[in-house]
Amino acid sequence: MSNPRTPNVKRTARVYWNEPAMGAWESVYLLEVVRGLVITGGVFLRNMWKWCTGRKGAVTVYYPEEMRPDYARGNRGKHVLVQRPDGSAQCVACNMCATVCPAKVIEIEAAYDPADVAHPKSPARFEIDYSRCIFCGLCVEACPEDAIRMVKDVPDFPGPDRGAMWITKEELLTWQPARDAAKPYPPHPASGTGSPQP
Amino acid sequence: MMQDLAVHLVYLVYAVSVLMGMGTILTWVERKQGAVISDRIGANRAYIRLPFTQIKLVWIGLFHGVADGLKLLLKEDFKPATYDAFAYAIAPWVVFAPVLLVFAVVPFGGALHPAELFSGLPAVAAWFGDKTYQLQIARLDAGLLVVFAFGGLTVIGAMLAGWSSSNKFSMLGALRAGSQMISYELVMGLTVLGLILIFGTVDLTAIVQAQSGIVLGVLPAWGVVLQPFAAVLFITAAMAENRRTPFDLPEAESELIAGYYTEYSAMKMGIFMFAEFIEIAVIAALFSTLFLGGYNLPYMHDGGFTLPGGVEIALAHGTVVVLQLVTFLAKMLLMSSFQILVRWTLPRFRYDQLLRFAWKFLFPICLANLVVTAIAVWALGGLK
Repeated sequence: MSNPRTPNVKRTARVYWNEPAMGAWESVYLLEVVRGLVITGGVFLRNMWKWCTGRKGAVTVYYPEEMRPDYARGNRGKHVLVQRPDGSAQCVACNMCATVCPAKVIEIEAAYDPADVAHPKSPARFEIDYSRCIFCGLCVEACPEDAIRMVKDVPDFPGPDRGAMWITKEELLTWQPARDAAKPYPPHPASGTGSPQP
Repeated sequence: MMQDLAVHLVYLVYAVSVLMGMGTILTWVERKQGAVISDRIGANRAYIRLPFTQIKLVWIGLFHGVADGLKLLLKEDFKPATYDAFAYAIAPWVVFAPVLLVFAVVPFGGALHPAELFSGLPAVAAWFGDKTYQLQIARLDAGLLVVFAFGGLTVIGAMLAGWSSSNKFSMLGALRAGSQMISYELVMGLTVLGLILIFGTVDLTAIVQAQSGIVLGVLPAWGVVLQPFAAVLFITAAMAENRRTPFDLPEAESELIAGYYTEYSAMKMGIFMFAEFIEIAVIAALFSTLFLGGYNLPYMHDGGFTLPGGVEIALAHGTVVVLQLVTFLAKMLLMSSFQILVRWTLPRFRYDQLLRFAWKFLFPICLANLVVTAIAVWALGGLK
């Protein structure tokens, strides 16, 4: 019996574009289950074979310990202070990086050495607070001496307290030593003579 | 008398440590296998540091189970304002205890002759005399019936937990658990009826011994060879009994938070989880016993091997016992791993699909399988 309210409307079933269509194969559920198990089991065996033969059977990485190979070349991961050939920092403590820093995380305490005629000013303390650093790279842009750089790294800064998240000058100089080939400065003079080095 | 006590104490310690050990190991297997299946590394951060050194033992994440246990023990034991605090308190144990009890009737090895085993120690051998023990805690003639009797008890625990929690999510979970477990219990019972017809017994040791034979000239007379459909249906129904994905409707976290144990925290929740993992091992043990020749390797029996060509290989008693224990453990681990593979492969059913699957798909196939088996057994005059 048809509905008396809509007596003469011919109803056609709408066909949706994403109508679920199951063939005979899919409707016998167990066969598709076996196919799924073969896929996951195959992946399992392939990855286990890799692990057992000393290779890595995963596409993920051990996060802080291991760096993904597809990091961008210009990745700004962690700061480096460039060294002179004698191992001292190329920084002249001009404070330009600290001034430009939008997060105000760079603290520099300058030292004065009249004996070093070429570079009398140097950083006694150069520290960066990584709990606030925003890794913008403006310090690198601002540096007139190419003394600070940022290189790609996985920062494993998280620590039990904020004090542990400062990085010191010593670590900045040594964690990944960098030299500036364009500035082969002479080594530190043995004694001040009052006149500039040739 | 004292000999029986000593032997059975050893059995008890062995069985309980196997189950607890499997329950702990399987949490690790679940994590790591799931990780490897999905191209990940898996949990690998928990470590034990040797005291006074900086040596940290990671051991491919094995200590995560310890960390979990400690965390669950130290968490707040939250108690909801429920009208039935007693039922709320005992529900985890009602789920947990039957799972352990099922293992009591499962044979984990063949016959044991202590006198022969300790032939190097005449005093011990003389003390035991000519006593023989089955490697099984309780050899009951009604073994399989006991399995089903205890297996059916877990649903009571789930219902108790759901009803006594004063929580709508819990109650919905309990209702789902009830209807699902009773439906699949039926399927599970029907699947093994075929085996009972063939072997003519419900004694699990006798069923295992009957599987040492050879059918069709070359194949071992394992349940999976005699009843392939029943094997598939049994493992399906058993996993549904255990309420794990794809049958985890009672605790579907995206719909019901945690289902019937929503209101449980700390170690009470841990007991539910632990019961689930131990049940994986128990299902694996049952499946091995019924369909994979139990504690025997193919063509093996208590005396050694009888290969298809009629070749006999006799083995020393000690070798046989060790081989049977190791074989049973290996089969348990393999079947547990298979269940975890299924859990990491299939998505969850919808609830109507779940019940339709049980009643309109598995149930008729079980009946058809039973009818065909009955006709075959009648036509062949039984395989015994």
